[in-house]
Amino acid sequence: MTDSTVPPGRLRVLAAMSGGVDSAVAAARATEAGHEVTGVHLALSANPKSFRTGARGCCTIEDSRDARRAADVLGIPFYVWDMAERFREDVVEDFVAEYEAGRTPNPCLRCNEKIKFAALLDKALALGFDAVCTGHYATVVTGEDGARELHRASDMAKDQSYVLGVLDERQLAHAMFPLGDTLTTKEEIRAEAEQRGLAVAKKPDSHDICFIADGDTQGFLARRLGVAEGDILDEDGNRVGGHEGAYGFTVGQRKGLRIGHPAADGKPRYVLDISPVENTVTVGPREALDVVGLTAISPRWCGTPPQGPGTYTAQLRAHGGETTVTAELVAERLEVDFTEPVRGVAPGQAIVLYDGTRVVGSATIARTRRPERVGG
Amino acid sequence: MAYLDHAATTPMLPEAVREMTAQLPLAGNASSLHSAGRRARRAVEESRERLAAALGARPSEVVFTAGGTEADNLAVKGLYWSRRAADPARRKLLVSPVEHHAVLDAAHWLADHEGAEIVWIEVDGHGRVRPEALRAAVEHADPREIALITAMWANNEIGTLLPVPRLAAVAAEFDIPLHSDAIQAVGQVEVGFDHPGLAAMTVSGHKIGGPYGVGALLLGRDQTPEPLLHGGGQERDVRSGTLDVPAIAAFAVAAELAAERRGEFAARVAGLRDELVTAVRTAVPDAVLGGDPDPAGRLPANAHFSFPGCEGDSLLLLLDAQGIQASTGSACTAGVAQPSHVVLATGADPTLARGTLRFSLGHTSTAEDVTEVAKVIGPAVERARTAGLS
Repeated sequence: MTDSTVPPGRLRVLAAMSGGVDSAVAAARATEAGHEVTGVHLALSANPKSFRTGARGCCTIEDSRDARRAADVLGIPFYVWDMAERFREDVVEDFVAEYEAGRTPNPCLRCNEKIKFAALLDKALALGFDAVCTGHYATVVTGEDGARELHRASDMAKDQSYVLGVLDERQLAHAMFPLGDTLTTKEEIRAEAEQRGLAVAKKPDSHDICFIADGDTQGFLARRLGVAEGDILDEDGNRVGGHEGAYGFTVGQRKGLRIGHPAADGKPRYVLDISPVENTVTVGPREALDVVGLTAISPRWCGTPPQGPGTYTAQLRAHGGETTVTAELVAERLEVDFTEPVRGVAPGQAIVLYDGTRVVGSATIARTRRPERVGG
Repeated sequence: MAYLDHAATTPMLPEAVREMTAQLPLAGNASSLHSAGRRARRAVEESRERLAAALGARPSEVVFTAGGTEADNLAVKGLYWSRRAADPARRKLLVSPVEHHAVLDAAHWLADHEGAEIVWIEVDGHGRVRPEALRAAVEHADPREIALITAMWANNEIGTLLPVPRLAAVAAEFDIPLHSDAIQAVGQVEVGFDHPGLAAMTVSGHKIGGPYGVGALLLGRDQTPEPLLHGGGQERDVRSGTLDVPAIAAFAVAAELAAERRGEFAARVAGLRDELVTAVRTAVPDAVLGGDPDPAGRLPANAHFSFPGCEGDSLLLLLDAQGIQASTGSACTAGVAQPSHVVLATGADPTLARGTLRFSLGHTSTAEDVTEVAKVIGPAVERARTAGLS
């Protein structure tokens, strides 16, 4: 492949096709835009020979077939690439290790960072492709200075820029999200798929973690990490219940605590803290979930790292709302203060900073700061 | 465009297309007694005679099937079951490790579900079973406990020829049936069913210029495999099902032409193959030719390479984008290319087994196809190496 054969504006695009409707329509739009598109399905499961029923995911033999069928309809070449080993190392093992450490990871974000826009992108570039195309709802624009910027999708309700917040400028330079500027509902995307003759038009959405086939994250973690009985404590350190593994909890969680007797005030209790070393889970009232700031590590910037403190809007979990923060990079750590207290911030999740609709960067939440409590 | 994947399937010969299209509009179930049935029956029986003549068999030894996979399954499972029924001690299957998955997976299924024990026959560095190796395996396994020996005529990936008549002679000495999958060999090398000890032989339509979905198991008249399909009792009660008259007729035409044209065809494609091998080695000096380097020991239409540092699927993508249609030669699991079991069986390094490419020529191949490969293979390998073995 020599680059001289690519006409200006016509790119060689590798479309990652999960077998779902979004990535199929994204590949269709890239094809229609005149790019030379090749479809690729990533085999991410070590045992792809099984059909999955019920919960939908992205790594079954059925999904591979659906992706192939969509590529056939679009008339583009299609391949399956085996990235199961990389996925296991970089996403699944990281997921387990994070839970084990008492944190709550986001595996989709890790997959984008380490697989789709790293292993896949690197291989694509080496093979002569110019860009990787996915069905994410986000927008890439070229800023005034010529730099590539990641922005929220036109439709805020569908925006997925949060899980792409880990991408750096080089990764963004080779990313294509044809669905990002869509002000259409999911039903309209499905209608578009139907009109294009794509059989995946009626396929249910994937919500769950793709490598947990039955959607039972607790069961998956229990199989991987085993039973480790420990105590559930109140804020004063009194034992109020027991658990079978501190990894099974997320800060902010209310359900499934199985605490025998009610709190003194009769109000529901929430997970405030997980301590993997002592194997304890601390619970308390809803108000105690309030945090006023956090420290986040491993920052990644979509462009030049900001100098000095700045005011941003921040998103603290997938599908979460926006909150106003001041943030400053201090010795490769992001120190963040919230303008208003925020509830239920889980270490391990990413904080993504925005300037308007533009993604500035992201970092992994390491610690949260609670307000000074009067009389506490 | 250069189509160099004839071992996967080759275009139908015009003569076969003519025969098939002539038969398609005609009604008649070959099992019916009326005149339409008699006409169909006659077409089938004439085809059986033509096929038998082309393959050194008797017409009564031809059992038509819906393809090579079915014929392999019928031979391996059917003969295992009937031999074990005759003597429960016969539970061992002697299998060459380079067999096609239609044989391998049938044997594995018998091991998993029917109490069979697979005994691998040793192959040499070219993937060939030597008669001495077979004899040693038979003696070591205890001939009384062996249900069946299976060894292919020519390997579909690396093109190595196995000395089937000599292997059959060993099997005959011990009175054990030998099955041979000859799908890739027909039309390229001399193939005949008339060898003592050769109890069953698989052939297929679409690999020799006939239609898809038809094949045959040549089956010695003293062999009575348990059927896979039960029903109307067609084909010696071994393979029930209404006979596919148009496909069978076209298959017979293709088989007859394959036998007739074999010498001329083999010489022509061997010439092209040698040019292709030279071109690839010139462009990529460290490419490793798979199979037997001696032209007499391999299929004339096969050129198989391992490219160190490359993934086969990267090469496939790059060549496909340049209009070159080849294959990694190995099987897929959910579309994921696996390191070839054949290449591994020859003792090759597992990393090398991931970077394989099979070019297979056929009746439509031309010198231009070779020229096209010569032009693009060097840069493609270089690029695939950059992408590496991720």
